[in-house]
Amino acid sequence: MDVLDLTRLQFAVVTIYHYLFVPLSISLSATAAGLHLTWLRTENRKYQELTKFVGKLLIVTFAVGVVTGLVQEFQFGLGWSAFAKFYGDVFGPTLAIEGMLAFFLEATFLALWYFGWERLPRKLHAATIVVVAAGTLLSAYIILAANSFMQNPVGYELDATTGRAHLTSFSALMTNEVVLAAFPHTMAGAAMAGGGLLLAIGVWRLAADTGFRTLARLGAWLTLIGGALTALTGDHLGKVMTAVQPMKMAAAEALYSTTTGAPFSVFALGKLGHEKPFLTIEVPRLLSFLGTGSFDGTVQGIDDLQAQYVAQYGPGSYVPMIPVAFWTFRLMMGAGIAGMVLAAYYLWASAGKKSRLPLLPAFLQRGAGVPGWAKRILLLSPLLPAAANTFGWIFTETARQPWLAFGISKVADGISPGLTSAEVIASLAGFTLVYGLLAIAWYKLVVHLSKKPLTSEILDKSPAAEPAPAY
Amino acid sequence: MITFWFAILVLAWVLYFVLEGFDFGVGLLAPFLGRDEHERGAAIRTIGPFWDGNEVWLVAAIGVTFAAFPDWYAVLLSALYLPMVGILLLLAIRGVALEFRGKHDSPAWRRRCDWLLAGSSAGVVLLWGAQLGVFVHGLALGADGTVIGNGLGRSLAPLLTPAAGLGALAGLLGTVLLGATFLALRTTGPVRRRAVALARHAGNAGTVGLLLAGVATGSRLTLVAAVLCFIAGMLARQGREGGAFAATALGVAGAVLAVFTAHGSVVLRSTLDPLWSLTRSEAAASPSSLKLITVAGVLILPGVLAYQAWSYWVFRRRIASERIPS
Repeated sequence: MDVLDLTRLQFAVVTIYHYLFVPLSISLSATAAGLHLTWLRTENRKYQELTKFVGKLLIVTFAVGVVTGLVQEFQFGLGWSAFAKFYGDVFGPTLAIEGMLAFFLEATFLALWYFGWERLPRKLHAATIVVVAAGTLLSAYIILAANSFMQNPVGYELDATTGRAHLTSFSALMTNEVVLAAFPHTMAGAAMAGGGLLLAIGVWRLAADTGFRTLARLGAWLTLIGGALTALTGDHLGKVMTAVQPMKMAAAEALYSTTTGAPFSVFALGKLGHEKPFLTIEVPRLLSFLGTGSFDGTVQGIDDLQAQYVAQYGPGSYVPMIPVAFWTFRLMMGAGIAGMVLAAYYLWASAGKKSRLPLLPAFLQRGAGVPGWAKRILLLSPLLPAAANTFGWIFTETARQPWLAFGISKVADGISPGLTSAEVIASLAGFTLVYGLLAIAWYKLVVHLSKKPLTSEILDKSPAAEPAPAY
Repeated sequence: MITFWFAILVLAWVLYFVLEGFDFGVGLLAPFLGRDEHERGAAIRTIGPFWDGNEVWLVAAIGVTFAAFPDWYAVLLSALYLPMVGILLLLAIRGVALEFRGKHDSPAWRRRCDWLLAGSSAGVVLLWGAQLGVFVHGLALGADGTVIGNGLGRSLAPLLTPAAGLGALAGLLGTVLLGATFLALRTTGPVRRRAVALARHAGNAGTVGLLLAGVATGSRLTLVAAVLCFIAGMLARQGREGGAFAATALGVAGAVLAVFTAHGSVVLRSTLDPLWSLTRSEAAASPSSLKLITVAGVLILPGVLAYQAWSYWVFRRRIASERIPS
């Protein structure tokens, strides 16, 4: 691999890793806020226990998100300094505003909430976690707006003398049609991710405490509702994408020639090329409907788009890696649907206490509890939304190639001058090692925290008595 | 406008180094000033609610650098590629060690976290100090505005200069003093006693070090920092812990200010030819960008300062490091 590929690989690795934790933080902070408010309203001790438990999961997850997110802010200067110079005027302010507006809010108020149980008045204390949850949403919105500029550049002009992008309208950047569509989709995916984690922990510890039963059902509902919303919002995002980046959607279907009433293949066996693959399972006209909203809509094919881009941007290949686009798109949807099926099964299996259909085998009996083998499968429920989110991002970013910012800046032009493979290999090794250790530590802690009885949180009084104020 | 944003940028970096500086110091000193797990835990609890908010000042500082001076951001980070990656990796280990320490009951887990925290804090401080030293000395900027050379040699060579060594040493001293005076202020019992004793010695050592650095570089601010360092040691001896911490913080702030203003309007000095140095106006973003972050900053930053101050007020009580029978 040359230095460009290595630098791209490094960006992908650190970003995908970071994004394993971000959706969990978004989802867990909203869940903690919801549980905390429920506890205040109902005075039911169970909700206080669950609030504290979810709060601990949030703290350890947020910590990993913070330290890996810091890397993101430096990445543009480290490996992509030519790109940072080219579009620092647009990206810089966006990142700075995200840091000042949202990230400070999250970090400070999360600490106030976590350490403030006995220091703050009850209602003020509950307000701090609501602020954290709002901060994560704000943060996600601004970062997605920065990413959406790369998908669909708006609110800028190219400086003729320096060749750089200048920001002309911040509000245009923040109301990019891509961010308006991507934000709800991403947030629904985040809800699913957190739901999957809570479902697995709840199912694992079901016998230990009735609180875990509540947790499991809460997680299952989050996964199911989040999943349904992901599908709805994904449909809308697909239509926006078909309009702004037709090549991406054509690549997702490996559709080479422009087609009216184009089918959608659920599965394909064989080479994806101009020839039809060896075997495909197709739903007629579905792609046209997904892309344009009409079963008879026309979807542009890869060959036409390539010819059109050559005329527009000059010679070169504008076709992304078709198998990657095709398969990540399907794996994203497949993993999401599988996650929803697991959640739906759990909700159904745990719905009532009494069996109403005594003649059916145990696993089909509604309310008979969850059999052992199903429990083991349910433990996989955090992996499916995480996989769906990851495949979704890989699809979004790789099917945009060769562009960094669509239509104005190519990936090959963005790399730092003077950067060598040795440097990137050294840093990639460092990131892989440290991130691997972080993942192991995070997993061990989540398991350890889940093993404790929920009530222990409340009995735990702060160990050190605290004398005079320091100032 | 450019001068205004330069001032904001320096303010963000100064706040970062002072605020995160004391929590680096506490992390570094905890295993040495706390003799058992309980005492170490008490020391680390003094920064528990604050470190994350402090670290966001790095996010703000680098974000403002990117937003207001994109070329500076691009040249500096790509030129110092490996040391910067080193800082990021150490900060990752550090943040997680801090946050994960108290979430597991096993003493072995806590001990491991304590040492990871101390080691990564020390590493980060040395690397930051060295980079600030490099920053004062300058980089091999060529005529095209990028650093000459490539690969490991380019991004590691600047760290092997006397300027970098001096910076690393100053960083370590400042951090130890900040950590010691902060612990003296925020704890009771054995940790407090040891922290006061350390602050006295570190104050004297820091004074000597800064005086030498001041004479060598001719920077008046460094001399002022030396005096503040001396005052800090003295106040710690008299039991005026709040004053000692304030004096140290002022000293560190002064030192960082000195680094950023060392070359006037030049933000990155070229060691090859003064004409190739990067100046503020060359590095600055377009007026429309600067206007945008001005509006955003004016609206947002006062609120940030207010709620951070509030959080310090909420957690103002000292942490007891002696065991109090319940």
